[in-house]
Amino acid sequence: MAKPKASARETEGVPSFIARLADRRRWGALSGAILLVGLVWTGLSATAQQAAGGASPREGFTAPDFRLGLLGGGEVTLSDLRGKVVILNLWASWCPPCRAEMPALQAVYDANRERGLEILAVNTTYQDSEAGAARFVEEYGLTFPVPLDRTGEVSRSYLLRALPTSFFIGRDGVIRSVVIGGPMSETTIRTTVESLLGDG
Amino acid sequence: MFPILQVGPLAIQLPGLLLLAGVWVGSTIAEREAPKRGLSGEALSSLVFFGLVAGLLGARLGYALKYWTVYAEDPLGLVSLNLNTLSAPEGAMAALLTALIVARRHHLPLWPTLDAFAPGLAAFAIFAGLADLSSGNAFGAPTSLPWAIELWGAQRHPSQVYAILLAMAVFVMIRRLSRAPAFPGFLFLTWLALAAASRLFLEAFRGGSVIVLGSLRAAQLMSLIILGTALLGLHRRARLAMETEGGPRAEKVTPRQSS
Repeated sequence: MAKPKASARETEGVPSFIARLADRRRWGALSGAILLVGLVWTGLSATAQQAAGGASPREGFTAPDFRLGLLGGGEVTLSDLRGKVVILNLWASWCPPCRAEMPALQAVYDANRERGLEILAVNTTYQDSEAGAARFVEEYGLTFPVPLDRTGEVSRSYLLRALPTSFFIGRDGVIRSVVIGGPMSETTIRTTVESLLGDG
Repeated sequence: MFPILQVGPLAIQLPGLLLLAGVWVGSTIAEREAPKRGLSGEALSSLVFFGLVAGLLGARLGYALKYWTVYAEDPLGLVSLNLNTLSAPEGAMAALLTALIVARRHHLPLWPTLDAFAPGLAAFAIFAGLADLSSGNAFGAPTSLPWAIELWGAQRHPSQVYAILLAMAVFVMIRRLSRAPAFPGFLFLTWLALAAASRLFLEAFRGGSVIVLGSLRAAQLMSLIILGTALLGLHRRARLAMETEGGPRAEKVTPRQSS
């Protein structure tokens, strides 16, 4: 198209693509076309709401629901705890990092229970023993509920790959943070809980 | 998805390992690229190293500042290995500032340095895609296409695979262009434009995008801005090259020319 000026420069030994980039009209036409395509694409891919959809054990998804029997009797259903911030901690009594983080969990529980924090420390009973779990709870003086995953069903639905693993669940039942492995420091637990309790 | 590599008793977190590998490959490529542009490879790798260290420190301090009452009681929490207690914006800021200081100390000229990093950055993007594939992050939107993958409770676009393929294509393109004679800044700005265009395209297939202004994907708007800036930069650098020299002198460019 508008070639004369550019070609005059090309004779000086400038690669033609540089001359084209430097030419305001040619560059403008090219960039305009690219950005227009980009804008149209952005419009086409607009989407109403990106609700993550189904339940899945990862950030931004609803925590998979479960009902388990508790150590010492009774039952707990996760979805009944909507409206509270929940820490779901999966552990076993033979796992050293699980032991290491329990006092911190207890301390955070004591400090924030009144503000709407619940802790479910799910014992992976299928690879532990109920007696071991009971001794452990007594040894550390744990006061939060300890559900027993006897069949491994909850560990499977939460894709457990390392002990301990903790899921921080918001008041709306959506997982906000996943910590795989441990031990978590009390600081980590407190800051995460603090941000979730603050959400209202 | 294959997040944990079990080697005997060792459980290796694959995504982190892939990112580390990406940093290593990327900075190695940058180091090799440096002499072609009259830069010291050593200076470039120390820039990467100090940038990373400062980035990590900044990210942890930034996180601690948000919850300073908690950290005041437990200062040892500052050195925890937990990756959840990091804050990305502060980390990026610290990394950038440190990189600038290191660059200044080594008298690295801005545009040739960025050009030397372009192929490395393009390589890193491939590894970042592999890390996402391994962790299941950056997952796709639900779809019924025949090549959909089962992930996070739905049939989804294999968005990580798209990202890896596109990143490989960009890498090949940048490698080709790096041999062409051009003005300083050309390679980096071209990479930036290609990377932004890739993200703009790919974001459409993602699930869990951040939505702004009712229904628009934030990452696409951001990419449009970056793409526009890169195109503008290419234009201005090209003009400058035409004006100052009447033509570019291939790769060996005097530092003072950079603006």
